[in-house]
Amino acid sequence: MMAFRLGSPPRYYIKSIKFGVLSPEMVRKMSVVSLTVPDTYDEDGSPMPFGLMDRRMGTLEPGQRCETCDGRSGECPGHFGHIELALPVIHVGFTKHIYNALRATCSKCGRITLSDEVIEKKRRLLEYIKRTGNYLRETGFYEKVIKEAAKATKCPHCGAKKDKVKLEKPTTFYLVDERNKPIKHLSPKDVREWLEKIPDGDVRLIGFDPEVARPEWMVITVLPVPPISVRPSITLESGERSEDDLTHKLGDIVRTNEKLKSTIEAGSPQMIIDEHWNLLQYHISTYFDNELAGISPAVHRSGRPLKTLAQRLKGKDGRFRNNLSGKRVDFSARTVISPDPYISINEVGVPVEVAKILTVPEPVTEHNIDALRQLVINGPEKYPGANYIIRPDGRAVDLRFVRDREAMAERLGPGYIVERHLMDGDLVLFNRQPSLHRMSMMAHHVKVLPYKTFRINPIVCPPYNADFDGDEMNLHVPQSKEAWAEMKIIMRVQEQMLTPRYGGVIVGALHDYISSAYLLTRRQTKLDRFKAALILGMANYKGPLEKSEYTGKELFSLVLPKVDYEGEALMDIDPEDRKVVIKEGKLISGVIDHNAIGDQKSKTLLHKIILQEGAEKGREFLDNLSWMLLMFLDMYGFTMGLDEEDLPEDAKKEIKKVIDRHIKKVNEYIQMYREGKLEREPGATLEETLEQKIISELNMARDESGKIAERYFLPNNSVLITAKTGARGKMLNLTQMTACIGQQTIRGERIRRGYLNRTLPHFKPGDLGAEARGFIKSNYKEGLRPTEFFFHAMSGREGLVDTAVRTSQSGYMQRRLINALLDLHVEYDGTVQSAEGFIIQYLYGEDGIDPTRSVGGDPVDFDEIERRVLKEIEVKASA
Amino acid sequence: MPEDLERYRRVMENAGLPPKIVEEALRRLEKLPREVWGRFVEEVIKDYESRLVEPGEVVGVVAAQSMGEPSTQMTLRTFHYVGIRELNVTLGLPRLIELVDARSKPSTPMMRIPLKGEYAKNEELAKQVVKEIEELLVGDLTVRYEIDPFEGQVILYIDLEQAERRDVGLEDIVKALKKVRNTDVFLDDPEKGIIRVVYLEEFSYVKLRQLKDKILSVRLKGIPGIRRAIVKKRSTGDGIEYYILTEGSNIRAVMKVPGVDARGVRSNDVFEVYREFGIEAARQVLIDEIVGVLREQGLDVDIRHIILLADAMTFTGRIRQIGRHGIVKDKKSVFARAAFEVVTTHLYNASARGEVDDLRGVAENIIVGQPMPYGTATLGAYFYMREPRGKQVKR
Repeated sequence: MMAFRLGSPPRYYIKSIKFGVLSPEMVRKMSVVSLTVPDTYDEDGSPMPFGLMDRRMGTLEPGQRCETCDGRSGECPGHFGHIELALPVIHVGFTKHIYNALRATCSKCGRITLSDEVIEKKRRLLEYIKRTGNYLRETGFYEKVIKEAAKATKCPHCGAKKDKVKLEKPTTFYLVDERNKPIKHLSPKDVREWLEKIPDGDVRLIGFDPEVARPEWMVITVLPVPPISVRPSITLESGERSEDDLTHKLGDIVRTNEKLKSTIEAGSPQMIIDEHWNLLQYHISTYFDNELAGISPAVHRSGRPLKTLAQRLKGKDGRFRNNLSGKRVDFSARTVISPDPYISINEVGVPVEVAKILTVPEPVTEHNIDALRQLVINGPEKYPGANYIIRPDGRAVDLRFVRDREAMAERLGPGYIVERHLMDGDLVLFNRQPSLHRMSMMAHHVKVLPYKTFRINPIVCPPYNADFDGDEMNLHVPQSKEAWAEMKIIMRVQEQMLTPRYGGVIVGALHDYISSAYLLTRRQTKLDRFKAALILGMANYKGPLEKSEYTGKELFSLVLPKVDYEGEALMDIDPEDRKVVIKEGKLISGVIDHNAIGDQKSKTLLHKIILQEGAEKGREFLDNLSWMLLMFLDMYGFTMGLDEEDLPEDAKKEIKKVIDRHIKKVNEYIQMYREGKLEREPGATLEETLEQKIISELNMARDESGKIAERYFLPNNSVLITAKTGARGKMLNLTQMTACIGQQTIRGERIRRGYLNRTLPHFKPGDLGAEARGFIKSNYKEGLRPTEFFFHAMSGREGLVDTAVRTSQSGYMQRRLINALLDLHVEYDGTVQSAEGFIIQYLYGEDGIDPTRSVGGDPVDFDEIERRVLKEIEVKASA
Repeated sequence: MPEDLERYRRVMENAGLPPKIVEEALRRLEKLPREVWGRFVEEVIKDYESRLVEPGEVVGVVAAQSMGEPSTQMTLRTFHYVGIRELNVTLGLPRLIELVDARSKPSTPMMRIPLKGEYAKNEELAKQVVKEIEELLVGDLTVRYEIDPFEGQVILYIDLEQAERRDVGLEDIVKALKKVRNTDVFLDDPEKGIIRVVYLEEFSYVKLRQLKDKILSVRLKGIPGIRRAIVKKRSTGDGIEYYILTEGSNIRAVMKVPGVDARGVRSNDVFEVYREFGIEAARQVLIDEIVGVLREQGLDVDIRHIILLADAMTFTGRIRQIGRHGIVKDKKSVFARAAFEVVTTHLYNASARGEVDDLRGVAENIIVGQPMPYGTATLGAYFYMREPRGKQVKR
């Protein structure tokens, strides 16, 4: 049955969970069968009674009924069985606990080997620790009691001599003398008898809770056998049945146990009994944990180690991390993403195919009943339709199997829930892994579109860190109104445009939008009425068009909310157009580029709009602006040609001269070094000094040649525009294309690996010169020489390796950070507390400010307030 | 009108504004025309309140994300030269991991030592301080050594030029070596700088090698642990100021050196600062170091996240590691611990103790499939749907 919580709070919740050890009595009480037969099925394939697959422990086969509860598979949760052990064995997981209990107590009377007064004192101390709730002190307390008691050589209660106990891993205990020589082997039976003698009061002082974990229960006499549903067998394609690893292990245990029983009954010598006893111990130990130090793991017939209980829980693919901390969910979809700049940034394009499978539970009311009836009539095949109906009695009806949907639709009324297809405007959660921050999961409005990819506006790529080279993303549909409300209020893209990381915008205009904004708002841009109408139409501008000609700045102003802003443009192509001034939503001067509307920045125009006008207005602005800029760029025809990276002959000559001059300087340094004339820099060897000098010389060569190239670029050079406005790339990329790529490095040093004393066979051994050690004189446009190409590849490879190694390292660090800090939260009194209630900070961040709402970290925007109040009196004065 | 300022100060303080903001507001107030003061203060308080954190906010997760996400963009390069080519410093991701790991010794300990009075003005005096603190071992002056397994002696060839530069005579070396037990020291050739150390007890090659190691690490002068020190200058408002950067850290000894401005001595060794000055100082170093690493990488992370991290690591009065031996180990919840690392050990211990998990944290509630009591679930607001007649919808 579908668990819908549409309309009522949960009736039950788990308040706490107590851990403990099963007592033998408990195991017997839980059990429905005592296993004595080590086999699974008889010849005709039915489970052996008293065997490992006894029907009483439940059934998984369809059609079969459980002999205990008469439930079918799926209904019957399974029931425990048990094995009565012929002789007790140690529980491997508790050897340390048993060891501690033996160490701290007397073998004869079972009391802690401390005097009554001391015990009383300890008891009171423990009471105090428990009362004050400082659980962190408990472990230390128990350890101390055990350590002190272990020191005794005589029992202060009965006066018996006390020998030291030694634990030989994994499960053997000895009594030893002072020189650590074994006196007596303690069999599990001896151990159990000893532990039984320890009184409850004493047990408490050494870290056991006798109510749920008496120490002797850690020596197993009755082994619980998990139900079949915990260890299902699988039927292979060949019809062959394959049993679960646990079943195999349990078979070993039953077999050995029966053998041990018969050996004892036959009155065999102790030696033989011990042998079987040890074997039983081995099987039970590996049943719990098959990766124990010191004993060989039990293996499958193929030689593969068995996956036993501990292995099921441990590690990344274990129960905890894979199934409990992270769970698989329904109502989700995943496919490749692709861009669609014409949908809003808070929308996501969803393929019809997906929309027909994912459903939204819609309660029927008198307001929506007609629409929902139509959806039911459409059914699961025709979009938009519905897949299921949940009747007021809670039964779900699968519309695929309803022949007369019209009649079904007629029956609809309040109290019904229709699971309708995903439709335009529904809110869904959208996510891209790795989910490194909260902006990796944002709520988008659905827009059902043809074709098979999810479509997102490229503007929201930065928070997801997505691109379209084959990235896939996940989509989840909320199934409750509460979830829907939270998504709408706090998870939608516009609510997440500001990042808590640095208090600035994380989404903003990028790439072509920036170039376009620059081209539109620079001084020379003028558009006639027709063109202005075109781009304003894209921006959803609804006002009048009065002028016959508009400047770019005027058009930009028309989509701008009424804000004041002053700032500086990033570009310096036109120094007179750098100072950006916006007064009451009018762009007075300056060009708009990355510094005003870019992503991943604080205190920008966009940031200010979001803070002052609100997230929704900010989103609207960004959407409309981006559409307008898109249209403008289409009209402008922004592109890049190979000829733009051409330099005139003069420039090439000049660059060559500069590079040659620096290389000559490098050669001089090498000469000086060879002649021993080079002065050692403080704190560096002679070789290091030389390398430092050469690297800085060659970097100068690259930079200077870049400067020369820069002088020859026209201000309309497309790459220059993208670099200077912050749209894409840096000036370095441009100069590497046109002038000189520069020094290639590995681990921050010039390239030195390769052949003996040289990097490549093209050079003389011992050559320290620029070219021989990875300096690239060429540029990308003209191409690299073979040796240069090789060095370039080396450097490029290092970058790739670096990224690969780094992701795993930083991933682990983040997992640890999250796990350490995940419970810290702000309380109503403003303090930061942990889950346990420890106060970590009295006032969050020392000023109580949410970094998301801060202005680049500043708690109060003084400048803005100052401007605002001064303006107020100005207005008053003029009035 | 100081009374007015005082009045506004009280208004802001009563509104709960932190002192730093109040001070800044007052500074600005003085420059503004008198008539807008009231409005200004009003707006400041409104602005501050509009930016406060929401109760229930899981600031820990936000902090972890804000530091973890940019760390994927960091360089992996262990060694980098920060402006100072002479010193090796661990930076980037390795250093960040080292800090959150709370390793007892940084891989590249460093100190920044400001100088007092004349020492800060005069480069020569500063260099004297360097000479005094820079550790000089016999090994630093030895060009070559020989182990003579027949006679049972170690022969050292001293770099005389270097020795002179470091103000050490051969006699000083001999004198220092005399302190090595069970040996006799001979100055064989003062011209070439050959020193012979004879082992007086029964010797073996292994023992001689141990002796060699001991000899080479005999300290001639300087402060133990300060492997290298250099004078740096920086321009202040009124002229040039010299200070010292060191490789290696030894706060206690350095502070005693004449000329050192003991109040300004800084070390990047969190544990050493903890031992010498206590937990608050260690916390501050932790914050400064993390800020430094992030800034050097050009990554912008709000200081509040870093402060929270440092506070979580230090609020118990000890430095706790981010991970299974520190913060996670101290969690009360069994599930929270088991969900991180070493699952079975935690479960075994919990059952022996009869521990109770109160399900108050995030990890525990995810495991049992319940909302955790933070954020919007701090209180239980649920949606009730009713039939038009006001009767509850049955299901």
